Amino acid sequence: MSRHVLSLLVEDKPGILTRVAALFARRGFNIESLAVGTTEVEGLSRITVVVGVDSAPLEQVTKQLNKLINVIKVVELEADQAVARDHMLIKVKTDSSTRSAVLEAVTLFRARVIDVVSDALIIEVTGDTAKCAAFIKVLEPFGIKELVQSGVLAIGRGSKSITEKVLK
Amino acid sequence: MSNEVFTGAESVIRSLELLGIEDVFGLPGGAILPTYDPLMDSKKIRHILVRHEQGAGHAAEGYASATGRLGVCIATSGPGATNLVTAIADAYMDSVPLLAITGQVGSKLIGTDAFQEADIVGITMPITKHSFLVTNAADIPETIAAAVMIATTGRPGPVLVDITKDAQQGKAEFVWPPKVDLAGYKPVTKPHGKQIQAAAQLIAESKKPVLYVGGGVVRSGAHKELLKLAELIGAPVVTTLMARGAFPDSHKQNLGMPGMHGTVPAVTALQKSDLLITLGARFDDRVTGDVKSFATGAKVIHVDIDPAEIGKIRFADVPIVGDAKEVITELNAELPSVLKSAKPDLSEWWKFIDGLVERYPLGYTPAGDGKLAPQHVIERIGELSGPEAIYAAGVGQHQMWSAQFIKYERPNAWLNSGGAGTMGYSVPAAMGAKVGQPDRLVWAIDGDGCFQMTNQELATCAINNIPIKVAIINNSSLGMVRQWQTLFYNQRYSNTDLHTGTDALMIPDFVKLAEAYGCLGIRVEKEEEIDKAIMLAIETNDRPVVIDFIVSRDAMVWPMVAAGVSNDEVQYARDAAPIWDGEE
Repeated sequence: MSRHVLSLLVEDKPGILTRVAALFARRGFNIESLAVGTTEVEGLSRITVVVGVDSAPLEQVTKQLNKLINVIKVVELEADQAVARDHMLIKVKTDSSTRSAVLEAVTLFRARVIDVVSDALIIEVTGDTAKCAAFIKVLEPFGIKELVQSGVLAIGRGSKSITEKVLK
Repeated sequence: MSNEVFTGAESVIRSLELLGIEDVFGLPGGAILPTYDPLMDSKKIRHILVRHEQGAGHAAEGYASATGRLGVCIATSGPGATNLVTAIADAYMDSVPLLAITGQVGSKLIGTDAFQEADIVGITMPITKHSFLVTNAADIPETIAAAVMIATTGRPGPVLVDITKDAQQGKAEFVWPPKVDLAGYKPVTKPHGKQIQAAAQLIAESKKPVLYVGGGVVRSGAHKELLKLAELIGAPVVTTLMARGAFPDSHKQNLGMPGMHGTVPAVTALQKSDLLITLGARFDDRVTGDVKSFATGAKVIHVDIDPAEIGKIRFADVPIVGDAKEVITELNAELPSVLKSAKPDLSEWWKFIDGLVERYPLGYTPAGDGKLAPQHVIERIGELSGPEAIYAAGVGQHQMWSAQFIKYERPNAWLNSGGAGTMGYSVPAAMGAKVGQPDRLVWAIDGDGCFQMTNQELATCAINNIPIKVAIINNSSLGMVRQWQTLFYNQRYSNTDLHTGTDALMIPDFVKLAEAYGCLGIRVEKEEEIDKAIMLAIETNDRPVVIDFIVSRDAMVWPMVAAGVSNDEVQYARDAAPIWDGEE
C-alpha cells in the first residue's frame, strides 16, 4: 500500500471535518493522519490528510473528495515537490544519570526542551515522519512516559499558493 | 427586487414560490409548525398532506422522476425527519433531484437531547448530495436557492435543509435573488473536444459495439439525441433498469434490459462486445455480474456527469465527463465525417445478435396451479394502458416483470427504485407522479409485500383526488426472496409467506382495505377477468383503484444471472443455459 499526502482547501463550514472523515470511512479509504487548521484566507481551512492506497483508488479518493460541496480543491503533494512535517511533544523519564544523554539526543535531532522537572523532560521535535520515528527510537530506552503528535502538515515548494487560483 | 422584512417561515415559502415550486408533500409537527402557517396562505404552492413522511419522500421522488423537475418534501424534526431517511437514500442512489426541508429544535436546544431532536444533518450526510443546517432567518433564501441549485444541476440528487424553529420564527430582510456562492461546486457539463474525437475514433474502429445506456440519459433528457446517435452508429442498444424508455422498445436496435434479469441478447451483447459506448450508466453489480469476467474483450467509452463514476468499477479507455445530452450532441456532430471514411461493417455482429433475439425472446409459461401468470397480468396492463401512461413499480419479482413485459417508448414513463431497492416505493411514487402529471394514466404495480409497507397513502390519494391505479401482483409471499429460497436454499421458505392469498388467511383482504380507504377494490382470479378489470380501473377516475391480482407464487423471473457469477452463466430458464453456437 502506498502513502499519499493530500492537501484539501475547504470552506470553513460546520461539519466539514465530519464530511471528510465520514467519506473516508464509508468508502473504505484508509486515513493515516489528519491535520486541520485555518489558512491565510478568512473562511478557508486546509486539511492535510495522509492516505494509504493503491494508485487506482487514489483517483477515487480525490474524485469523491471533490464531490463534497465544501471542498474547493484537492491536490496531491508529491514528496519531491513539497515539504512535510510532523510535530511531536514527548515526555521522557530522566534523572541525573540520564539527563545529559537525553540532552545530547535533543541536540543531535535539533529538538527542543520545553519543560524540565527533576524526573522528566518535555521535548518538542519537528521533522519528517522518518526523523520523528528515529528520534522516538533513541528516546525509548530512557522511558517515554507520554507522547502526543500532530498529523502531517505539508505545503508545496516554490512561491505559488493553492489558494491563489481559487480566489480568482 | 424586494427588501421586506419576513419571518424565516415566510422566507421559506416565498423562496420556494420564487423558485417555481408548485407542489410539495409533507406532514407538520412541532418544529416545522411556523413554516406551515404561511404555507396555508400560499396561492402558488399546493401542499399534499401525506400519512407518513416516507410517503412524502417517495411522492416527491415520483413527482421528480415523472416530470424531470425538482421534488420537494417537508417534515418535522426527530422522527418526522428520520422517516424521510429511506426516501432520501433512495433518491441518492438513483440521482433523483429532491429537496427535503425539515424543522429542527431551537438552536439553543441543539445538542441537549431535546424533545423530538435528531441530528438529521449528521444522519443523512452519507446519503445526500449536500445538507444545510440553518439557524438564522437571514440565511434562509440563500440556503434554499443553493439547495435547489445543487439538487437539480450536475448529477442530480437529494439535498436536505434543516431549519431550527427559532430561525423560522426570527425576522430578517428578504433579499431576492440571493447571492449563491458555492466555490467548491462547479459541475462540468461540456465535454472535452479531444475526448469526443477519441470516442468517435474508437466507434469507427469497432466491429461489435453496444450502446450501454443508463439512467443518466433519462435524467439528462437526452433521449432524442440518443436515438440519433444509435441510428448513426447502427449498433445494438441495451437500456438498464434505470433507463427503460430512454430508447424506444419498439426500435429494432433495442435489445432490452441487461443484467441479472436482463434479456439473453442484451446480456450477451455486452459480454461479447468489443466496445461499450457507456452513456450515463455506472457498471452496477446487477449489470456486470462478476466484474472480472464482464465484457472482457471490450474497450470502454464512459460518459458520465459525475467524474467519480468513471473508472470506479471498470477502466475507461475514453473517459468523457459531461452532461449526456451535450456529449451525445457533440458525438452526433463529430461522427458523420469519421464514419464517412471508415464505416465499420456490423453485419456479422448483427447476425450473431439476431440469432440470439430469435432463439431467446422474453417469455413465460402459464402457471401450473391454476392461478394467474403474473407476467401475463403485467403485460396486459402495459398493452391496455399504452406508452403514454406512467408505471411505478415496487421492488422484487413484479418490478422485474414490469421492466421486462411492459413496452416503454418514452423516458420518465417507468419509475422504480433501482439502486436502493426500496420496497414500498410504488404507491407513494405513483401518487407523486400523478400530482406532477395529472393528465396521464398512472399505475402503481406493486407486490403484496411492498404494498403493505406504504399503502396508507391511498388515503392521501382518495382525499386529494389523486386517482392512481394500483395493481397488486399478489402471490401471497415475498416473491423474489422466495425465488432465491427455491433456487439456492433447497426450497426452505423461511419467513416469506405473507398469507395474503385467497387460499390463505387473506390478512389483510386487499379489496376490503381498498374500500376502507375510499378506493374501488377489485379482485381478479380468472384470466378472462384481467382485461375487464384493467379497463374498469382505467375508466374509473373519481377515486383510486386497487386491483388484487391473485397470481401463482411459483412463477419465477427469468432469465437470471445468479449473484456474483459471470454473465457468461446467464440462465434462460431454470437449468437452461443458452447455447452459443458458431461464436467463439
